[in-house]
Amino acid sequence: MKVKYFAWVRERIGVPEEEITLPDGVATAGDLIVWLKGRGEGYAHALERDRFIRVAIDQQHATHDAPVTAAREVALFPPMTGG
Amino acid sequence: MDASPSRPATAYPVPARPAPVTIIAEPLDTEAWLAAMGAGDDTGALAVFIGRCRGEKGRLHALELEHYPGMAEAEIGRIMDRARTRWPLSELMVVHRTGLVAVGEPIVLVAAGSNHRDAAFDAVRFVMDFLKTDAPFWKREHLVDGTVGDWVDAKETDDAARARWA
Repeated sequence: MKVKYFAWVRERIGVPEEEITLPDGVATAGDLIVWLKGRGEGYAHALERDRFIRVAIDQQHATHDAPVTAAREVALFPPMTGG
Repeated sequence: MDASPSRPATAYPVPARPAPVTIIAEPLDTEAWLAAMGAGDDTGALAVFIGRCRGEKGRLHALELEHYPGMAEAEIGRIMDRARTRWPLSELMVVHRTGLVAVGEPIVLVAAGSNHRDAAFDAVRFVMDFLKTDAPFWKREHLVDGTVGDWVDAKETDDAARARWA
């Protein structure tokens, strides 16, 4: 699956996107965030306030309890500030 | 070093028939987009909102806008679909900037046409209120001293504005 990061989440992790093979036990967007936080300092810093992190699954907004196992693309980003 | 995108000097070439949603990295010529959109003979009211880069009392030089290509267009499209089911609209167009937007330049243009003004005003406000909280764009400050400042925080007042439409 492709995982994309935007704004300060992207900066702290250090890459705009990456291919990830979901490990067993990662079923929801929330599980994915918790798993990513364990991958290194940049991930932990980017996702430390995990309740604030917004999730999109296949380019649609989703909640942290949404399943990601069938997703092609998951994006993690801060609250949006467009307009 | 400042690794931000450079700012193109010339405006985006406006198509003869603009799509409902367009995201551009070049300066937004609001008059040209509105002229290209046009309006039907039964459009008695055309409401237009232009969001501009604010100077923050001389502190800001520009805002840098990042977006999620693909989802940004899709999400604004979904917001516009909901607006069209709520109000009878003859025109509805959104043009949104990305990249470096200097103080005083337009960031977003929203235009809605209808028979009567209430629908046009309400549709523009509805689209802006949802665009602020749901369209995947992020702003970062570029300061007058040449440094890149912080990412802009989301505002609770924007969530409140969106909640009005529930």
